[in-house]
Amino acid sequence: MKTNGIPALIFHGLFVAFILAPLVVICLVAFTDKGYMSLPTDGFSLRWFEAILENQDFIDAFWVSLYIALGSATIALIVSVPVALAVVRYRFPGREGLTAFFLSPLMIPHVVLGVSFLRFFTEIGFTGTMIGLVLTHVIIVMPYALRLVLASTAGLDRDAEKAALSLGATGWTVFRRITVPLILPGVAGGWVLAFITSFDELTMTVFVASPSTTTLPVRMYHHIAQTVDPLIASISAVLIFVTLLLMIVLDRIYGLDKILIGKG
Amino acid sequence: MAKGRLSGLLPPYLMSAPALVLYLALLGTPMVMTFVLSFHAFDFNKGILPGFSFDNYWEVLSDSYFHEIFLRTFGLALIVTFICVVIGTPEAYILSRMKNPWRSIFLVVILGPLLISVIVRTLGWAMLIGANGVISTTLKSAGLIENSIQLMFTFTGMVIALVHVLVPFMVISVWAALQKLDPSVEHAGLSLGASQFTVLRRIVLPQVMPGILSGSMIVFALTASAFATPSIIGGRRLKVVATTAYDEFLNTLNWPLGATIAVLLLIANVVIIFSYNRLIEKRYAQVFE
Repeated sequence: MKTNGIPALIFHGLFVAFILAPLVVICLVAFTDKGYMSLPTDGFSLRWFEAILENQDFIDAFWVSLYIALGSATIALIVSVPVALAVVRYRFPGREGLTAFFLSPLMIPHVVLGVSFLRFFTEIGFTGTMIGLVLTHVIIVMPYALRLVLASTAGLDRDAEKAALSLGATGWTVFRRITVPLILPGVAGGWVLAFITSFDELTMTVFVASPSTTTLPVRMYHHIAQTVDPLIASISAVLIFVTLLLMIVLDRIYGLDKILIGKG
Repeated sequence: MAKGRLSGLLPPYLMSAPALVLYLALLGTPMVMTFVLSFHAFDFNKGILPGFSFDNYWEVLSDSYFHEIFLRTFGLALIVTFICVVIGTPEAYILSRMKNPWRSIFLVVILGPLLISVIVRTLGWAMLIGANGVISTTLKSAGLIENSIQLMFTFTGMVIALVHVLVPFMVISVWAALQKLDPSVEHAGLSLGASQFTVLRRIVLPQVMPGILSGSMIVFALTASAFATPSIIGGRRLKVVATTAYDEFLNTLNWPLGATIAVLLLIANVVIIFSYNRLIEKRYAQVFE
């Protein structure tokens, strides 16, 4: 194994600094004691974290985002698992086409999805409803969920299932006692990735959210379009912190590197 | 066999049925409706008028206002992709030569931001590069510059922020290609007297080329359709295709024109992805065997 030389390590240092700089700045500005955007040079303060609690619209938006992410990730997984099992177990006409179709939202710009959903919901009189938003998010997060579930079913050990069947287990028992435990890490990883993707989604949601179903990223976007202040920094800092926690959870249940590489 | 062929084929379709229904209703229908909408006319007093004409397409394709927007978006995507290749490829190579635990740690540091909302990452750049931003004030108080640097609402600012948002995708692709690389070939090259540079150019680079190509395809497509970063960093003046579609839909309320821009963006996106895939498969067919 060759090691990196000094120039390579300097390049690496600059690269990592570039990646971390905006995130570090947000976390520092969030602790400022001033009323405007500045680095906390002469004193750390938690006033802007307290200010979050006084801004009810951000808190409402957080709950909306949370419900949508929980709902869409769960529905996406419920419909993904049978698809993944069908694709792995059976050879049937249209198998590749079907998989490509289910992964196709990855190829569609989110702006185009947003435009289409807005038109669709206006036509059927469904604009800005919570259920509508959850369903649109299912379309967005399903490809990510499906890819991870497909990866876990592809490595499924069919011999264990066959052995259980030949020993007299019923189909349902085999599914419950053998298949599910084997694919569970992939399913759980897919769920968390779907949850994060939904929670972060802005571009599509900005088209279909109504004032009562404004998600946190949409609320933040409208706020930043008006003003960049320490309040938005403290909210972002909380989001960065929560994402870090989720990353630790993901690493425990599935392996963070596998999930991040699946994101690409 | 007790079971017929037909009944053997039923389960996979039944298992895919819920997802299929969901997709047809919630993806197929809206996309078709948008496509149809792009052929409708629009009147500022009467709203959307039914009918069928290519007028919207003609307007977008002939108006220099839209030419500028499409060209800016294309240029932005080209430059961002180029920079991502130039800095993302060496970084992936450096990562692959690190030893654990450093390799895993830095892989997470570099790829982890993908899980943080784009809006948060863009906000970080808005705080760094604005006229009253951290970079400008720091340089000023250090006496290095006299006037504040304003990168907010500039093309350069958009490029910097978009490279930051998208370079992890480049690192992932090249990283995945590097995993297939056989290190003994590199050693063979070195032991036969090739310089480090020759080994990089003649052995490593050709083998990671598919990774660089697929990474640049992802970065290009995502830049061309980016909304949040160009909208916040570029502002109202520096419009790109995605922000223009947004303005037509939610400010001007000319939905048919907005739908036309969206359809053109989608077509451009799909064409780029398919031609890239063709290129990669044709040139590097042996790599995937």
